[in-house]
Amino acid sequence: MTAFFQSLGLPYEWAWFVATIAGILLIALPVMISVAMIIYADRKIWAAMALRRGPNVVGPLGLLQSFADGLKVFLQETIVPSAANKGLFLLAPIITFTVALLAWAVIPFDVGVVLADINVGLLYILAVSSLGVYGVVLAGWASNSKYPFFSAMRASAQMISYEVSIGFTLITVVLWAGSFNLTEIVQSQQGYYGFLNGHGFNPLLFPMAVVFLISALAETARAPFDLTEAEAELVAGYQTEYSSMAFALFWLGEYANVILMCMLNALLFWGGYLPPFDWAPLYMVPGIIWLLAKTLFFFFVFSWVKATVPRYRYDQLMRLGWKIFLPLSLFFVFIVSGFLMLTRYGGAA
Amino acid sequence: MSAEALEQTEGQVPDKRTVIVGNGAGSDPDGIGNYTVNFGPQHPAAHGVLRLVMEMDGEIVERCDPHIGLLHRGTEKLIEHKTYLQALPYFDRLDYCSPLGMEHSYVLAVEKLLNLEVPERAQYLRVFFAELTRICNHMLNLGSHVMDVGAMTPNLWLFEIREDCLNFFERASGARMHSAWFRPGGVHQDVPLKLLTDIADWLDTRLPRLFEDAISLVADNRIFKQRNVDIAIVPKADALKWGFSGPMIRGSGIAWDIRKSQPYDVYDRMEFDVPVGTNYDCYDRFMVRVEEVRQSARIMKQCLQQMPEGPIMTLDRKVGPPKRGEMKSSMESLIHHFKLYTEGFHVPAGEVYVATESPKGEFGVYLVSDGTNKPYRCKIRPTAFSHLQAMDHLMKGHMLADVTAVLGAMDIVFGECDR
Repeated sequence: MTAFFQSLGLPYEWAWFVATIAGILLIALPVMISVAMIIYADRKIWAAMALRRGPNVVGPLGLLQSFADGLKVFLQETIVPSAANKGLFLLAPIITFTVALLAWAVIPFDVGVVLADINVGLLYILAVSSLGVYGVVLAGWASNSKYPFFSAMRASAQMISYEVSIGFTLITVVLWAGSFNLTEIVQSQQGYYGFLNGHGFNPLLFPMAVVFLISALAETARAPFDLTEAEAELVAGYQTEYSSMAFALFWLGEYANVILMCMLNALLFWGGYLPPFDWAPLYMVPGIIWLLAKTLFFFFVFSWVKATVPRYRYDQLMRLGWKIFLPLSLFFVFIVSGFLMLTRYGGAA
Repeated sequence: MSAEALEQTEGQVPDKRTVIVGNGAGSDPDGIGNYTVNFGPQHPAAHGVLRLVMEMDGEIVERCDPHIGLLHRGTEKLIEHKTYLQALPYFDRLDYCSPLGMEHSYVLAVEKLLNLEVPERAQYLRVFFAELTRICNHMLNLGSHVMDVGAMTPNLWLFEIREDCLNFFERASGARMHSAWFRPGGVHQDVPLKLLTDIADWLDTRLPRLFEDAISLVADNRIFKQRNVDIAIVPKADALKWGFSGPMIRGSGIAWDIRKSQPYDVYDRMEFDVPVGTNYDCYDRFMVRVEEVRQSARIMKQCLQQMPEGPIMTLDRKVGPPKRGEMKSSMESLIHHFKLYTEGFHVPAGEVYVATESPKGEFGVYLVSDGTNKPYRCKIRPTAFSHLQAMDHLMKGHMLADVTAVLGAMDIVFGECDR
């Protein structure tokens, strides 16, 4: 894009600057709009499974519901409890929202269509998503209210423990692809058995795909791991004291994270922007269509799970994370690296 | 207060930021005290207006103190100022999830005082609709129990059945919830044949399909089991000590069912099984209710087979109103009608306690009559009260998330508990 702005007569530095800003807007705005639509989709899917109709009043088929909600919260007053730590209370939703958008910088939407094509893309995503927990913890602490405080304690424990297993899961993929760069990871998935695209079709990596999907649910605090906002126990968790835009920022950040995790599922294990089959005519379809289709599929799975299963208890959640997922993913790190040593890097040296 | 004065006091508000977490922080040398949490009365899982004051050690509940009475409406006292017939609708409003179950105890108590013979058809109709009420009640409870542990969908699936039940109540009595359909001496109106055949159809097709479908989603679900199995185990001895009844005592392995032990109306002619738990935990209580729904359907089918034709209200014109047609020609009937609907019927002096197996447990009515047209005293024995008193015992050592599971399995409704 820099070249395009240079052709308009800008010097290189300015062209690069304008191109970066344009790139950020080109990602952030569609993400925000898709968050609004995905909230609508979530509610519709959930409603359909519960024999309800879901939003159907605002706009045709209720399509504008999220925008109406957005307008509503925008016009509301932000209530800060008198006992709250005001600065942190207002900072927390901003952190959640900002961090949720940050990770999008390294997502490749097609070959070369990526804002920052850095060679540690996956590490960057891990680092940024670890920061996300600060928003929740600060919100819970700064509210100076009991239920949010419970929620903050749960959030810190939950997100950290599942990040560990997510980390190991990602290492297996990185080992196989031989790169941290997301574009290279996607490219390395081409041509399994000569006709399939996706690490998920690799018998050694498929279990990791499953672990990653479940850990992604936990990482984004979706059912059955929605302990941080378990409304049967904690009213609304860390969001209890929040209202208006502060509340909306949490909401937006949360769903931006959900979409990101769905997209990572697609990128890391199911071929990303590559078509599922390595067959020339399928490459006629733009890569971004494949990527979005896969993302939406995973989002449907997320919604489906939310509508189906009960919620874990706190200790059960920790047990699942530390006693099952962690050993399992660690085991597969050994298996995958051992297999690669034998086959790709010339056997046991 | 003037504006200046207001400004002055505003400046004096202490910095509340210093009193963060931990109520007992001062008393504990380490500064780490237990954490007191208010669960309700405004809480999404508090089942109405329950307020639990819980002392928490982290996520562990150390003490759980139920505070009740927020829905106290003085029902018992109000009844003392109403005729026996006017008192009836109050019972609908006690446990508003199973109105006819509440009415049942009351009409049986009045009939016992009156020493009244109730026509057979009316007895069958009462049993039939009492069991429909049980299904209706269990739909709400099973659904909300599942929702309390976090699964949202089955609740609404079960509400589909509850909706059917409410429609049937409406077709029988004209009201979806507060039917006031059981009356001392029988039932208010006969039901059309079409309603009975429709319910028979429903029992064979829609009910099992919808119900088994919804239950299959949770009964064998790993997470649902993890959340309920071994939670709040109540051994037999404890269940007796705390005065449990209904599904709570059957979940503790004691086959205590008033429909079997002291049958009323035509329950002695019905064949049904009493399910009991084997592990005495929340999951058992859930499954006992699931099985009770199936048994209720079985009882209803038997009622339909055995139900005779005939009057649905006692022919004793001092209690049951005369037919509309009779009133047009008979002076006697007109007088009866006038007396019944102004003064009400007089009940011989005496006292009586009648308990029935309401969907939630033993629901008893203790009536004292002084021979007038109004009860001298009406004591109501609610089920939720005795269950709720065991809350501290049940919760000790469990986690915060278990509170909702235990409450869900307890099936409490505050209209009944607080009266």
